[in-house]
Amino acid sequence: MIEAGSLSASVDGAILIGAVLLEAIALYGVYGVVEDVFGQRVVNQLRTT
Amino acid sequence: MELLGLSLAMVGLFVGFGLLIGVLFGFFGMGGSFLVTPALLVMGYPTRVAVGSGLAFVFGTSVIATLKHRDLGQVDYKLGLLMIVGTTAGIEVGKEIVVHLESLGLAGSIISVTYVFLLGGIGAFVTYEAVNGDGGEGIDHDAAEEPADADDIPDIAKTIQSYRVPPMIDLRGGVTVSLWMILGVAFATGLLSGFLGVGGGFIRMPALFYLIGVPVPIAVGTDLFEIVFSGGLGSFLYALDGGVDLSIVVPLLAGSAFGARIGSAATSIVDEGEIKVYFGLMLLGGALAVAIREIGKIYELPILNRVSLVLILGSALLVSGAVVYSSITALREENQTASPTVE
Repeated sequence: MIEAGSLSASVDGAILIGAVLLEAIALYGVYGVVEDVFGQRVVNQLRTT
Repeated sequence: MELLGLSLAMVGLFVGFGLLIGVLFGFFGMGGSFLVTPALLVMGYPTRVAVGSGLAFVFGTSVIATLKHRDLGQVDYKLGLLMIVGTTAGIEVGKEIVVHLESLGLAGSIISVTYVFLLGGIGAFVTYEAVNGDGGEGIDHDAAEEPADADDIPDIAKTIQSYRVPPMIDLRGGVTVSLWMILGVAFATGLLSGFLGVGGGFIRMPALFYLIGVPVPIAVGTDLFEIVFSGGLGSFLYALDGGVDLSIVVPLLAGSAFGARIGSAATSIVDEGEIKVYFGLMLLGGALAVAIREIGKIYELPILNRVSLVLILGSALLVSGAVVYSSITALREENQTASPTVE
C-alpha cells in the first residue's frame, strides 16, 4: 500500500527532476540557435582581431 | 534584488561557475561535476543538498551532451542499458551509506577525505602522464566509429576480454566482453556516484576504455547516455528527501550549457595534449581545496574555508581559460598561415 505522504514526495521529486530536464532541453535548443546565428561571426571576429 | 531566492551576486557566481565547468565538460567530454559538490560544501550547504544538487546538475548537463553525441552516432545503447542496471544498484547503496554516515555526523568528513584521495590520485596520474610526454589515450573527438584496432586496446582490457565468463556480450567497435565485467564496473562507479554526488564520468569513461576496451568516442557517448539515467535517478532519490535545490541547479545549468558549446567548438581547434597538464593540475587543486577546508574545520580556522573556495574556482578558471586562450591563439595562427602578409 502506498502512503499519501510518500506518493506526494515522489510526485514532488519527479516534478523537480522534470523541471531540470525541461531546462536542459530548452537550453540545448536556445543555445543551438544562438550558435547557428552568431557562432561563425564570433569565430571570424576572433581570427581578425 | 533577489532571483530564485538568491542574491543577484550569488546567481551570477553560479552562472559563472557553471560556464567554467561547461567549457571543461565540452572540451574533455567529462569532468566538472566533481568540482560542484566540493564547492557547495565549501560554501556551507548541507551535505545532502550539496550532493543532491550536484547530481541534478550532472543530470541536466549530461542530457545536453548526450543530445550532441547522439547526433554523432557515438552511443552504444546496449552497453548503456547494462551499465544502468549495475549503476542503479551502486547509487542506491552509495546513497544509503551517505544517509547512514550523516546520522553519525561523519558524512561531510568522509566524503571530503574520499574526494581528496580520488581527485588527488587521478590528478597526479594525469599530470605525471602529461609531464612525461605520454599523451595517454586522450579523447579523439573526431575519431570515426571504426572497429577497435588490437594495438589500440589497452593491455588490461585485453586481459579482461580474455575471461570468457558467460554470457558474453558483443559491443560496438567489435568488442566482446563478459556481462559480469560490465556489471562490476557499473556497480563500482554507481557506488561512487551515489556516495560522492558525481556523475562518475571521470572514472567510468576511462574504465570503459581501459577495462572493457570500448573505443574512446563510443566510451564517451555511452558514458554520457548512462549518466542521464544515473544522474536522473540519483537526483530523484535525493529530491525525495529535499536534497535538490533548484536555486543552485538552474543558474549552474544555464552557465554550463553555454560553456559546453564553447568547449565543444574548441575541440576541433586545440590539441587536447596541450591542455592535459592543466587538467591534471586542476584535479590536484580540487583535492588540495577540500583538504584545506577539512584542516580549517579541525583547527576552527574559517579563513581556510575561503582559501579553499578560491582554490576551487581558481583551478576551474585556469583550465577553462587555457582552453579559450589556446583556441583564440590557434585561430589567429591559422588565419596568418592562410593569408601571409605580402611584403
